[in-house]
Amino acid sequence: MNEFCRIAVVVFFTTFFFSSAGRATVAESIAAIRAVGPEGKGNAEAARGWQELARADAAVLPELFRAMDGANELAANWLRSAVETIVDRSLASGGQLPLDALHDILRDTGRNPRARRFAYELIARVQPGIANGIIPRMTDDPSLELRYDAVQRLIEEGGRLAAEAKADEATRVYRRALDSAREIKQIQQIKGAMDKLGVTVDLPRHFGFLMQWRLIGPFDNTGRKGFDMVLPPEQAIDLAAEYPGKTGPVRWAPFTSEHEYGLINFNLPYGPLKEVTGYAYAEFQSDAARPAELRLGCKNAWKLWANGRLLFSRDEYHRGMEIDQYRFPVELKAGKNSILIKVCQSEQTETWTKEWEFQLRVCDARGTAILSADRPPSTIAKGTPK
Amino acid sequence: MKMRLSAGAALLLAFPLTSLGAGDWTQFRGPSGNGISPEIGTPTRLDPARSIAWKVALPGRGLSSPIVVAERLFLTCASGPRQDRLHLFCFSTRDGKRLWERQFWATGRTMTQSKTCVAAPSPATDGRRIFALFSSNDLFCVDLDGNLLWLRGLTRDYPNASNSLGMASSLLVVGDTVIAQIENDSDSFAAGLDAATGVNRWRIERPKSANWVTPVLVGELGAGRPIVALQSSKGVQLVEASNGRVAGSYDATAATIPSSCAGGGVVYVPCNGITALRAAGEGQAVQKLWEAKTLRPQTASPMLIGNRLFVATGAGMLICADARTGEKVWQLRLKGPFSASPVAATNHAYLINEKGFLQVVDINPEAKEGRLVGELTLEPTILSTPAIAGGALYIRNDSTLWKIAGG
Repeated sequence: MNEFCRIAVVVFFTTFFFSSAGRATVAESIAAIRAVGPEGKGNAEAARGWQELARADAAVLPELFRAMDGANELAANWLRSAVETIVDRSLASGGQLPLDALHDILRDTGRNPRARRFAYELIARVQPGIANGIIPRMTDDPSLELRYDAVQRLIEEGGRLAAEAKADEATRVYRRALDSAREIKQIQQIKGAMDKLGVTVDLPRHFGFLMQWRLIGPFDNTGRKGFDMVLPPEQAIDLAAEYPGKTGPVRWAPFTSEHEYGLINFNLPYGPLKEVTGYAYAEFQSDAARPAELRLGCKNAWKLWANGRLLFSRDEYHRGMEIDQYRFPVELKAGKNSILIKVCQSEQTETWTKEWEFQLRVCDARGTAILSADRPPSTIAKGTPK
Repeated sequence: MKMRLSAGAALLLAFPLTSLGAGDWTQFRGPSGNGISPEIGTPTRLDPARSIAWKVALPGRGLSSPIVVAERLFLTCASGPRQDRLHLFCFSTRDGKRLWERQFWATGRTMTQSKTCVAAPSPATDGRRIFALFSSNDLFCVDLDGNLLWLRGLTRDYPNASNSLGMASSLLVVGDTVIAQIENDSDSFAAGLDAATGVNRWRIERPKSANWVTPVLVGELGAGRPIVALQSSKGVQLVEASNGRVAGSYDATAATIPSSCAGGGVVYVPCNGITALRAAGEGQAVQKLWEAKTLRPQTASPMLIGNRLFVATGAGMLICADARTGEKVWQLRLKGPFSASPVAATNHAYLINEKGFLQVVDINPEAKEGRLVGELTLEPTILSTPAIAGGALYIRNDSTLWKIAGG
């Protein structure tokens, strides 16, 4: 072997060794980051892994994006920060981003939606005019951030058409926007525009609010003690039963919301009471077993059960309420699914503590309504948006 | 009303505990937490043409104050329809150039009342690391170059630790402990986290009640045992920064928005106006020195300069009181309302109202009363407390960060 060959062999094996070692380090670093857990568990190991990743070349970016799939939210933030650091350094030194790979990530709708939006933003950072070619195709994208931008373009187009007195075309565009919109403010904006065009929008159906319930109450919540008290509806659902309530016997009674945002207002059947507890019960018919989310808005203290399992309880009173304030993944059974909520009213007397109410919808993880198979026709009336 | 201090407690009242640069603004209301800077040469006569050294656009909302370390300014924002995109920026104080930005995805609830927002708590620094907390209870630690050192999702850890109106308490860094008051109606707690790893050093239950105040450093309980005051609607707890041990308490109805300030071993608490508490001496109880009902901070926190206490009332009055007695020395009518707390340097107080109107008041202790000497109109709405560093003021709102200098 002459000198040239010896050098070539050394260079080959050195390159092979270090590239192999580099890949292993990336994999180990990603594994350390994906292992982070509650209360800072794994932070020290993740930090060491992060330092390794942050030193890597931009070629590693696709691997970091892929690592966000299935990562917990903490790990995703670690990985995102490593990507930002690599990108900043690479661009500052005149380097290039692996744009083809980033486009692949953006196109692959099975990947982490937030990561895909992040990939889009990196592409747009180096190709500022790219949005016009990408965003209009994103109206039904799993990434709600990409979808938001696409829907916004439709809203603007609808507004232009309406201003030109092209009511039919504007309605079609707004209808497309509404079908795709998942952000509350956009939905409300579209609803307002369609109202002006004389087009009715069934908001409860769009959101999937449950409108038909059975209510029982009032039970006692003096001193806020009713929140922890296990009252009969929590032990068994017997819609024919009668129980002792705060002021006398109480029975289940049907209640149908007429509110366009699905408010279930205990004050309507029971009056503006204080220091009381009420329960609402609904049955949801699912065509098939499937994952879903129950999304709740409530400014009273509450507990929520699905199919007999307590999902969460919260003892905060009158700090605020909004649509989708709380989200709970559930597995719907095929057929009947029971939903029970306990809503407690406090002793507070301020004007902003009158409400004793909640709103609850069933949807998928993207916020698309899932409707009960036996959902009756709409019963909406005008109401105050929440 | 009950007051107590654990036997054996002895406050040595030593300041400061860190070795940061004199011109740095390291946390909400500055290095002492009292709203004052040791700086001289801050602008007093303001002029729209000359006083705005630079301004930069911000991509999201924020009530948090800027902090400054070694000519680098750090600031948080939140953006997106749900304010779930969390931003941490580093700007050069010289020219406003963005040196780096880090973004994170919120892991906790981002719902807030409309006047506040997710970027409400101010970041803090120990001079080497930046600690940034958001209303979603996401907490990030980076070095001065933006390299991530650790992160926490406190609502993931404690799912009922949130406030549907929004959280706003800022962090306090004492030695190698980062102290957070995560107080609300449900799972309410204060915690001391290891500044190096973010792991809990301690976590103590706190009153189940919404609270937006920031902890303050009071002094030391024996050698190397710093004490912080945790204020809430139930009063004040004095807690050892390193281990969370409660060293004393004062039970009363204290405010939940304006924060205390502290100096010389006395804590000035927004409580029945202002209540001055001393926690000093071996085995001595927490002692109420005075209570001044006419000193009524509403949203803005009081400011302490030596023996003078300044309170900006909701009605737009700046009151100077004797910190030894609580007696009013003078008062000056200004244009309110104030959400931002007053800050001061070079014998001048700076107060910016919600409409973005900055007022400079000469508070020279030799003068019998305060005197308005400078004004500058920025843009509404300004709810954030300014920072002072390097002879300049830094002010932000939901869309802009300004450097005010010269003049």
